[in-house]
Amino acid sequence: MTSEAPALKRTQLYDAHLKAGAKMVPFAGWEMPVSYPGGIIAEVRAVRTAAGMFDVSHMGRLRIAGANAASFLDTVCSADVSGLAQRRSKYHLICNERGGIIDDAIVYRLDADECLLVVNAGNKDAVLGWIMPRARAAGGVTVRDTSPDFAMIAVQGPSAVDAVDRLSGGGASQIRPFRIGEIAIEGTAMLAGRTGYTGEDGFEVMPPSRAAALVWDQLLEAGVQPCGLGARDVCRLEAGLMLHGVDMTVENNPHEAGLDRFVRLDSPGYVAADALKRIGAEGTLRVIVGLRMLERAIPRHGHTIHSGGGNGTQVGIVTSGTHSPTLDADIGMGYVDRTLASPGTELKIDVRGRQVDAEVASLPFYARKRS
Amino acid sequence: MNAKNAMASNNPRELKYSAEHEWTRLQGETATIGITHFAQDSLGDIVYLSLPAVGASVKQFQKMGEVESVKAVNDIYSPVSGKVVERNENALKSPEIINKEPFGNGWLVKVQLSDPSEMGKLLDAASYDKLTAGGH
Repeated sequence: MTSEAPALKRTQLYDAHLKAGAKMVPFAGWEMPVSYPGGIIAEVRAVRTAAGMFDVSHMGRLRIAGANAASFLDTVCSADVSGLAQRRSKYHLICNERGGIIDDAIVYRLDADECLLVVNAGNKDAVLGWIMPRARAAGGVTVRDTSPDFAMIAVQGPSAVDAVDRLSGGGASQIRPFRIGEIAIEGTAMLAGRTGYTGEDGFEVMPPSRAAALVWDQLLEAGVQPCGLGARDVCRLEAGLMLHGVDMTVENNPHEAGLDRFVRLDSPGYVAADALKRIGAEGTLRVIVGLRMLERAIPRHGHTIHSGGGNGTQVGIVTSGTHSPTLDADIGMGYVDRTLASPGTELKIDVRGRQVDAEVASLPFYARKRS
Repeated sequence: MNAKNAMASNNPRELKYSAEHEWTRLQGETATIGITHFAQDSLGDIVYLSLPAVGASVKQFQKMGEVESVKAVNDIYSPVSGKVVERNENALKSPEIINKEPFGNGWLVKVQLSDPSEMGKLLDAASYDKLTAGGH
């Protein structure tokens, strides 16, 4: 291996991963666990039936503060941040003036004049590059990269809320879905958002860096299964959640990425409003869909999608795929001509030279039973 | 890859190895072929396996099948030339056996050698240990 690449960064939980026997891989400039000794399928099962935890401390955590924090975010985020009640969160997109998706992100309204913006690890610099000059021009707002200050552990699964609740002395269950609140574990205060990326209930717990390993170990003792990037990818695909950089890039707009429901155009000064209005009115030729294989074969990023009729014309491209252990099915996502986007439409996917039968599936593939 | 995933003791001494992480056990003129512990560990949970049919000819270091895990798909290269005389139907049905027993019940095919001298091009266990101990 050549050593030209810059050294990989390590999260606060690096030693905990090694101790747990994790297989570490490079991801977005970080050295991250892809799986633990039990394997990806066992990790996914833990998330679907009990509780799993993911180290997501590599993600960018930007603190936007000041009297104009929310109104500034209204100009760069596709969400109505000003209208977001305190302690609530919103999934949204950060688009450029052409409507291209720079990143998808979660904004938490911590306070009247303070927000936390959680962005993808690989996009943090792009997001900072996009919003910093605009924040300076707007005034009354500061943007600070607080990523090194605290870790983030996503605890997900049907028993995740109970697990975090017990550690926090009953504090966690007071936080309702999509809200954020403060909890204390072993006397250390930290934020916990009732959000995630798996389709399960749970928390993203944000301990200060010095307490990260302690919280991880406590969760481990509570029986929560450590899960790596491999399981995270399976869980998010089963839940029909897209991954920026794989399922969409800055070359895609929210309409073709099927995310237009997360776009609000009437915020004053919203930088992408004109472009997204025009794209919405014109429509897009292609759109992302769920794909379910009708034969045993896993669709992978870059596989071509062809019309099912037999003439073989290429009508799209696969962006993600995996074997879903929860559904015992091979699933994926990809862009297809909008005319072929209705669920049930038969397609062929070229899996390394083999034309495999597939169909358009509605998303999500997996939805948890709500009690 | 962590070097510790490829401990020398995992690679049986009596087998021959290819740089593509297949192993070969020679009995008379028939070779049993599988993928190594290192290979299955790199792949993770294996979900699909495709192998040549019984009677098919395979060529040394040419693709003879595919093994696919949740994460990735890898080609399987035949470490020897010859004719497939048996394949592991159990592994085709339940490929997770390859993760559990890569050197045992997770074997893939048995090949009747057409050129036994090809065995000389394979690595012994010590060389394969060295190849995989370096990580990357």
